[in-house]
Amino acid sequence: MAQNVLAFSEDRGLLIQLLGKGKELADSLGGELNVLLVGSNISDSGELAQYGSKKTLVADDPGFEHFSVEAYKEAFLKAVEASDPRIILIGATKRGKELAARVAAALDTGCMTECLSLEVDEEGNLVGERLTYAGSTIATEVSRRAPHIATIPSRAFETPEPGEGVGEIVTLDVSIPEPRVKVVERRDKVKGDMGLEGAPIIVSAGRGFKAKEDLKLLEELAGVLEAKVGCSRPISADLGWMEDWIGISGRKVSPKFYLACGISGTIQHVAGIRDSQIIVSINEDANANIHEISDYSLVGDLYTVLPALIKALKEKIG
Amino acid sequence: MARIIVLLKDIVDLTEMKVDPETRQPKTEGVKRKISEVDKRALETAIKLKESGEGEVIALSMGGSGTRTALLAALAMGADAAYIINDEALAGVDALATSKVLKAAVEKLGDYDLIIGGEMALDSLSAQVCPRLAELLGLPQVTYVKEIELGEGTLRAVRDLEDVDEVVEVDLPAVVAVVREVNEPRIPSLMNIMKAKRKPTEEWDAEAVGLSAEEVKASSSVEVLKVEAPKVDRKRIVIKADTIEDAVLQLAEAIVSEGVLER
Repeated sequence: MAQNVLAFSEDRGLLIQLLGKGKELADSLGGELNVLLVGSNISDSGELAQYGSKKTLVADDPGFEHFSVEAYKEAFLKAVEASDPRIILIGATKRGKELAARVAAALDTGCMTECLSLEVDEEGNLVGERLTYAGSTIATEVSRRAPHIATIPSRAFETPEPGEGVGEIVTLDVSIPEPRVKVVERRDKVKGDMGLEGAPIIVSAGRGFKAKEDLKLLEELAGVLEAKVGCSRPISADLGWMEDWIGISGRKVSPKFYLACGISGTIQHVAGIRDSQIIVSINEDANANIHEISDYSLVGDLYTVLPALIKALKEKIG
Repeated sequence: MARIIVLLKDIVDLTEMKVDPETRQPKTEGVKRKISEVDKRALETAIKLKESGEGEVIALSMGGSGTRTALLAALAMGADAAYIINDEALAGVDALATSKVLKAAVEKLGDYDLIIGGEMALDSLSAQVCPRLAELLGLPQVTYVKEIELGEGTLRAVRDLEDVDEVVEVDLPAVVAVVREVNEPRIPSLMNIMKAKRKPTEEWDAEAVGLSAEEVKASSSVEVLKVEAPKVDRKRIVIKADTIEDAVLQLAEAIVSEGVLER
């Protein structure tokens, strides 16, 4: 087996992030970086040499215009023949993840999903860190059999600067199977309302609220801050006061500002808000876990704090 | 009449799992186990499909000694039978090995029209088993499904992708992976909970599905070296003042200084 790294993502921005990491891994193995491009009328295959691709393997066919996991798998298997990689990196989009698992099964090898870090250990195995337990923990895993496959989410690795690299373009001859899954319609998603996941400011309710009507206090604060309103699991799953909750098995949020109001801060909730830039907690229990993971904590009764805070913020806005 | 196999994983109840503050290790021992949230929705999907026509729902799980209890919940929800592959020699194997075992079990179960699972189990978050199983069985896969209906030997589904909703059709048999948006799982009635105990449940080891546990274990390639909660890196400023009013004013100042009011 050669010591090469083969990278693929149907998302060009993510692919270039893969190439930065891929080049580093190929260098540490003493192998070369190869890229797979799959599509119809591909015109920009030359650009990837700038990011260190020695061989850009191109599967270009009208049958590849839209992503089909079985067709793309055939292209992938051809690319694996041509590149003979020790490591395969695939962009962890939804399509990338289903492709990675199917390719891994076809190659009878392991796969590490959504790796946030990757390195080659002394034995030449691939070691990756990834989230587990619904995002509350980080697992360190090792893939012990090559080819090692890892999928990589967007922004796990930086976008490299283009350089002077020179590479060749190799055309793959792929026989595309008749698609068994037929796409009858593609409905573009309505962009705009990103819901809680994309909200920059979130205020969130927990068990500290004694009645559903009291959520009005939080809604008023949300109005002042132009925030979305969320809640912890009990408020939604147990009490049914709101539709959806933030945390494990609920929504994972990453706002610039998160205000937890009357939330105790169980690990399942914390896992859902970890990526928030600033966390503020208001809870009358000084020992509540939420204070441990907050940037600012105020120990106090939310029924006193919220009206005063709303008034103070309104004055600040003027 | 559709025969549907549902893949279920029992995992620790993540709402009850704690992290040791000293070692940052998750404490999973002694924590109650239950069917992973998305898998439960896969089961609800299968039961709904059965109810809209005629059919049979078979729950299939690879697990440990506690899996039988977890699968009672599946039977109470409406599965007709449950099969568990429980073999100590298989503990800790990866998605590759798990898929091999499930393939062997599916083949032992005989004819089927549909295999349904969740997009991913919430403990491992690997999202591999359904596509792997489809590849091993040579079947088409329909992943990220949020709506589904069965026709005569066919299936129509809406896939929830990042940029589009994709409406697809496929001939059966096929492997389907659902996302959590697909439905809200039902809460079984007391009577159905009682009935569940009388439904057929069978437990197999690797040999019973025609595999050598050693060979399967040896094929497992990804190993977990350690698991720990990330370090908390926060300012941890506790706002203190003589009166609550002053504390609130300080908090408002902090909110302003963090640029939250800047539009």
